[in-house]
Amino acid sequence: MKWNQLMAVGALAAITGSSFAQAMDPLQLRSLAASCANCHGTAGIAEPGNESLAGVKKDELLKKMMDFKTGKKPATIMHQLAKGYTDEQLVALAGYFSALKK
Amino acid sequence: MMKRRQFVQGLGAAGSLGAIALTSGCASTPGSNGPKVVVVGGGYGGATTAKYVRMWSDYGIDVTLVEPGSAFISCPLSNLVVGGSKTMADITTPYDNLVKRHGVRWVQDMAVRIDPDKRVVVLAKGGELPYDRLILSPGVDFMWETLPGMTAVGAKDKVLHAWKAGSQTQALRKQLEAMPDGGVYALAIPLAPYRCPPGPYERACQVASYFSQAKPKSKVLILDANDDVTSKGPLFKKAWKDRYEGIIEYRPKHKLVDVDVATNTLKFEFNDDLKANVLNVLPEMRAGDIAVKTGLATANKRWCEVDFLTFESIAVKNVHVLGDSIQIAPAMPKSGHMANQHGKTCAAAVVALLTGRQPNNMPVYNNACYSFVSPDDVVHVTSVHRYDADKKTMLPVAGAGGVSSAANELEGRYAFAWARNIWADTLA
Repeated sequence: MKWNQLMAVGALAAITGSSFAQAMDPLQLRSLAASCANCHGTAGIAEPGNESLAGVKKDELLKKMMDFKTGKKPATIMHQLAKGYTDEQLVALAGYFSALKK
Repeated sequence: MMKRRQFVQGLGAAGSLGAIALTSGCASTPGSNGPKVVVVGGGYGGATTAKYVRMWSDYGIDVTLVEPGSAFISCPLSNLVVGGSKTMADITTPYDNLVKRHGVRWVQDMAVRIDPDKRVVVLAKGGELPYDRLILSPGVDFMWETLPGMTAVGAKDKVLHAWKAGSQTQALRKQLEAMPDGGVYALAIPLAPYRCPPGPYERACQVASYFSQAKPKSKVLILDANDDVTSKGPLFKKAWKDRYEGIIEYRPKHKLVDVDVATNTLKFEFNDDLKANVLNVLPEMRAGDIAVKTGLATANKRWCEVDFLTFESIAVKNVHVLGDSIQIAPAMPKSGHMANQHGKTCAAAVVALLTGRQPNNMPVYNNACYSFVSPDDVVHVTSVHRYDADKKTMLPVAGAGGVSSAANELEGRYAFAWARNIWADTLA
C-alpha cells in the first residue's frame, strides 16, 4: 500500500472513530439522508442511470464521498455537493445507507 | 408495513394520538382515526410531502391530497416538449402510486378557500376537508394586473406562458410548428424572482435548436427584464454563440409593461415596441392564489414567509407553505428539486409536531438543476443549503455547489436520470 493510500485510510479511520462520540439523532439522520433521495431513490435504490446506495459497504461509500469532497474523484456534480456536508455527516450517511436493504 | 395500532403504541403515552386530539382541539370528524393532514397541490412539493408524511408516520397519519390535474406533469424537461424532442407522455406520471402504495387519499378537486379558525379546506365542487395541519404547495400564479392587455377576452389563449407544464406546453409547440420560416419567436422574461431561474434561457435554446433544423431563417428574441442572464449566464451565452449564432438574440433590461394581443406586439417600459409572430410572455409571478387569498403572502403581498424548520407560515398557525410560493432564503432557487426537499423537511416536521416531538433543528439539503442547451447537451448548477440558527434561515454552504465547466452529453444522460429518480421519489 502506498503512503497516500495509508494516509487516506488513516484519515477515514479517524473520522469514523470520532463519529462514535457524537452519534446523530436517528430522525435527523433520516432527514439528512432524504436529501440524497431525489437522485438516489427514496430507500437508496435508484432508478436507472444513477447509483444505488442501499446496502453498499460503509467504508466504500465513505471513501467515495470523501474522495468527491477532496476532489480526488472526478464527478459531474458530486464533487460540488459533497463539499456541502461535514465529514461527520458523510460518516453518518455512509452508515445509514450501508444498513439499508439492497 | 406497520399497522395504525402499532404506530399509536409506538408513540407512547405522552405523544399518543389521544393527547394530540386534546391539545390541538382536533379538527377531525368524530370517530375518525388519528390526525389529519391535508396537502393542497400535487406538484414536486405537495406530492413529496403527502408521500413522506404517510411513510414517516408509519402510515398512521391520514393524508388527503387536493389536486385537480388528472396526472403529474413535470415542468423540468417540459422545454424539450416545446422544442419537439420529447412528448407530453414523456413528462407525465400518474398519481396512482401515491394512492396504492402509500394510502394517500387523492381528491381531484380545487381548494377555493381556507378557514384557519375552523381548520377546514373548502373545495370547488363542494364539501370541506378538516385538517390538523394544512400544507399548501400551490406553486406560482401570474400577476396579470401588470399587463393590462392580457386581461382581454381570449388574450391568454393566444399569448401563452407555458410556465405551468400542461396544455399550454403543447399549445406553444403547435404555435411554433405553425410559424412560417423566417418568423420571429419573442420570449419575455420577468424580473427575478420567478419560477425556475434558468428555465427561460433553456427554452430559448430548445426553440432555437428546432428552428436550426426545421426553419433556419427564423429568429429567437429574448427580452429580459433583468440586467443580465439570471442563472448559468456564461454557459448559456456560450451556447447561444457557438450553437445558435444568427438565431438567438439576447436583449437585457427589457421590462414588459403591456401586450397588444390584436397586433402581437410587446410594449416595454423604456424600449421600442416589438412585433413578433409567436409571443411567449412570462408575467411577473407570486405565490399561488389560494396562499394569497388566505393571507399568507406576507412578503410584498407576493410570497409567503415561513419558519424554515417546519415551513409553517409566520402568519397563520397550523398552515405550512412550501415550494415556489415561499419567500425564498438567500441563494435558494424556485425549483422542483428544491420543492421536493422542502416537502421532506416539512413532512418530517409535521410528523414530529403531530406526535409530540421537536422538529429537526438542523436541516441540510441540496439543489441540482440541469438545463438542456440542445436536445442532448446539458449544463447544471448545484448548491447545498444549511439552516443557520442565528439568522433563522437557510444559507448556502460556502465552497459547495457550482456549475458545469461546459455543456456536455454525459450530463444530458444524468439529467434524464435525475428526472426518473426525482419523479420516483416524489410520486412512487
